[in-house]
Amino acid sequence: MYSFILRRLMIAIPTILILVVFSFVLMYAAPGGPFNSERPLPPEVMANIEAKYGLDQPFLMQIFNYVWGVVTQFDFGPSFQYTSRTVNDVIAQGFPVTLTYGFWSAVVALVFGVTLGVAAAIRHNTWLDYLAVGISIGAQALPNFVMAPILVLIFTLWLGLLPGGGWNGGQWQYVVMPVIALSTSYMASIARITRSSMLEVMNSNFIRTAQAKGLPMHRVILHHALKPALLPVISYLGPAFVGMITGSVVVDVFFSTGGIGQFFVNSAFNRDYAVIMGITILVGVLTILLNLLVDILYAWIDPKIRY
Amino acid sequence: MITKPGDVELIANAAGLAEVKGRSLWQDARRRFMRNKAAVAGMIVLVFIGLFAVFGGFLAQYPNDYVDFTLTGAGASNGVPSIETGHYFGVDPDGRDLYARTVQGTGISLMVGIVGAMVAVVVGTLYGATAGYVGGRTDGVMMRIVDILMSIPFMFVLILMLVIFGRSILMLFIGIGLISWLDMARIARGQTLTIKNKEFVEAAVATGVRPMTIILRHIVPNLLGIVIVYATLLVPNMIIFESFISFLGLGVQEPMTSLGALINSGAGQMNYGRLWMLAYPLFFFLITLFAFFFVGDGLRDALDPKDR
Repeated sequence: MYSFILRRLMIAIPTILILVVFSFVLMYAAPGGPFNSERPLPPEVMANIEAKYGLDQPFLMQIFNYVWGVVTQFDFGPSFQYTSRTVNDVIAQGFPVTLTYGFWSAVVALVFGVTLGVAAAIRHNTWLDYLAVGISIGAQALPNFVMAPILVLIFTLWLGLLPGGGWNGGQWQYVVMPVIALSTSYMASIARITRSSMLEVMNSNFIRTAQAKGLPMHRVILHHALKPALLPVISYLGPAFVGMITGSVVVDVFFSTGGIGQFFVNSAFNRDYAVIMGITILVGVLTILLNLLVDILYAWIDPKIRY
Repeated sequence: MITKPGDVELIANAAGLAEVKGRSLWQDARRRFMRNKAAVAGMIVLVFIGLFAVFGGFLAQYPNDYVDFTLTGAGASNGVPSIETGHYFGVDPDGRDLYARTVQGTGISLMVGIVGAMVAVVVGTLYGATAGYVGGRTDGVMMRIVDILMSIPFMFVLILMLVIFGRSILMLFIGIGLISWLDMARIARGQTLTIKNKEFVEAAVATGVRPMTIILRHIVPNLLGIVIVYATLLVPNMIIFESFISFLGLGVQEPMTSLGALINSGAGQMNYGRLWMLAYPLFFFLITLFAFFFVGDGLRDALDPKDR
């Protein structure tokens, strides 16, 4: 087990390094620097600015400094657009917001998805099953950027129940719609995966044995069927996390929640490379770590897997 | 071993059965597909959407970048959808005909989806089949590369690339081409591992066929079923992917448009009562996705014997 974790780490670390170097090379190859404006600056001023941001040094030195700063101090350098602020400030401001609704979206998707899937499987071929399948097919075609306008149309413009955007320190009214928009399609996928694996498990011999010895239904499901049935769901969690982090960009832009996605898109329009790179690397590291966690969880739950 | 009279009859019957015309795998698959009503309906819808995207432009009364200055400005009463004015789907706040733009958006979204799926089919299948067939250390390295690429949040990297190299449709295709083949490579590899130990491959090896020819002539044709299924399911995902970027305003640029960009501008006009701007693109987006999902599901039931 430990050697498995160690080996997975051995892959994760080079992956992160490749990501950092790749984004830096991309940025370096970009035509036009971040300080090229309509009105050219005097050469002395330009030289001063370049010295401040270390842009006058040779390429290898720049990349080494950047990677060194990221690895040793988790320092992504200064922002090119918001002068006087560092990329770390931007992340510190936006990340808690993203984390809050991201966490709730994951909880909602998992709880409702698994419940729906299990309910559909144990009431196989009844109206409940058809309803669950219908919901999960419908929700699959509703990615976050489709859900968000529809939600605002219904709950803000027609019913007037919820505010159409903003964050307001994370009051629940402001969190509801981002969470629904972000979690719907993942809930649908989790429900579908749970349903099919639960159906398979419920037809296996050990469940028949459990039922034959007269265990009550809820005990059979909770103690015997659920654990093996959830294995495919766990392996889906990795891609789901990636999707949710990506989807947070849409949520931030559409609901103006002020998470990192909003800074990311703003910086994309303003060519603030430092912020874009910082956020890309942060998200990349998060994704890789979460994938690692999912793999370890999988190996821990499923004793059949030997690495 | 005494043959009873009844048995003789049975054997004769069995021999007679053998003379019945055989059905190929593909014919069987087609029959199964045709029995699935949702899939057939999806197929018909797809044909109509395709016709709409290709020939819909001929019905448009205005070109998609024509600005009707009498209808500009935000206001729910201006530029409502109507047959008389020729703006079947209404106009946007810039006075552009939404029908012509929806036709173009649908076309671009479909194109993105199909290009993504084609890259996946060609690159992913060959990559996966090669890795699976060669095996050993080559397989390990090739699949580790796929693992590494898969654990990178590609949307962010693609946006970074769009910012650096300029936003263009070519960049978008490159980005989509970069990621779409990864899943396909894994699926093709897994399938190849089960195929490569079959007798017909052994026979090919024994008669001295070169490895590359074996992959192309003997492995890939046997992967086709599963490849078609996943390619069909990949198309809607690629459409969602492109629409996501266009929704953020980073994808297809004006005057070109895609369904994602149209949904975004429609969502921005909800407050002013121009609901048609959201409704029409959203409608085409949703029916396209549904049609692909149903066709993909139908194909899976028909071609992938594992899931039956």
